[in-house]
Amino acid sequence: MVSNTHVSRAPAPYSNPYLAGIGLGLVLLAAFVFVGRGLGASGGVSAVVASGLHAVAPEHAHRLEWLSGRLAGDASPLKEWLVFEGMGVVLGALLSGLLARRAMVVVEKGPRVSRRARLLMAFFGGSLMAVGAAFAGGCTSGQALTGGALLNLGSWAFMLMVFAGAYAVATFVKWQWR
Amino acid sequence: MMAPFLKYGVFGSETSLVVAFLLGIGFGFALERAGFGSARKLVSQFYLDDLAVFKVMFTAIVTAMLGVTYLSWIGFLNLSLVYLVPTNLLPQIVGGLVLGAGFVIGGYCPGTALAATATGRVDALTYGAGLYVGTLLFAEAYPLVKGLHTATPMGQTTIPQYFNLPYGLVVFAVVLMALGGFAGAGWVEKKMATQRTIEPTAS
Repeated sequence: MVSNTHVSRAPAPYSNPYLAGIGLGLVLLAAFVFVGRGLGASGGVSAVVASGLHAVAPEHAHRLEWLSGRLAGDASPLKEWLVFEGMGVVLGALLSGLLARRAMVVVEKGPRVSRRARLLMAFFGGSLMAVGAAFAGGCTSGQALTGGALLNLGSWAFMLMVFAGAYAVATFVKWQWR
Repeated sequence: MMAPFLKYGVFGSETSLVVAFLLGIGFGFALERAGFGSARKLVSQFYLDDLAVFKVMFTAIVTAMLGVTYLSWIGFLNLSLVYLVPTNLLPQIVGGLVLGAGFVIGGYCPGTALAATATGRVDALTYGAGLYVGTLLFAEAYPLVKGLHTATPMGQTTIPQYFNLPYGLVVFAVVLMALGGFAGAGWVEKKMATQRTIEPTAS
């Protein structure tokens, strides 16, 4: 029983991956041409953490060597390129999701896992990822994508290791997805 | 040479924040179009039944790489003014492994989690909370991990520089590798019994 109205309300299928990849590549190229840097995400997280900690415990925040650089000037650590880019990501994704009827409140998970377990695993994975990105000096956007396109030596080593790490662990968390 | 525009003073650093926002819109739009606002779609890369992550990432890398190559070849883009993250091989190898594990456990990476949160994925929200906690932990524990974090510094270096190869040759090799990878990805997807692409959640 699939009526026409039902079809038109269903989420649209995702784009062809090669077309989406060309689009993503052109955005990245535009970043190189306009500002001389690539895209990123984890640096924005560090800026928010620095800002938040500074608001709660300013002296302590300044003592943390890894964050103190972000608190050095007079300007807020939130006045940072990646923070503005991140706000754009939210808007751009929302636009795309609304246009394709894919924006909805839902937990992404496989059939065998409870929502609570999935939310906890997401939290755990997120904290691991932050540590990995901190060690590497960037994440899949700032290192793999950006550095990949610039043939950055460390970025390529990083990217291969991301795939290696994920494939090595995938079998142990299959219950979450399949 | 005209580009990068910011470095040649076409606009200032205040304006660059507006540019960042606009570029972010394009970034987020492309991520969501690709299906990267869905953890199920993303992790399918690691169960080999939908290799969109590989296809999108390498198409983007090849597109931007060729763009940079041609634009600097015709003298429009000064590649030496495009920021290159310095290489620290050991922490990048360790960080990559940890981040990869976190990817398949958490279901997102930082950028895709933003796109997923924007489109209502609750798991992306707790993933994001994890990101903040992990970042804070790293900052607090930095004296303990500084040794590894700053190990094996090699400065700003590219594959052509490090292996003393012509830039164009490496670009050509990456294009060939990507094309081979795309063919291989199609073959793997056909081989997988489920042979499904992950489609959006129906409400």
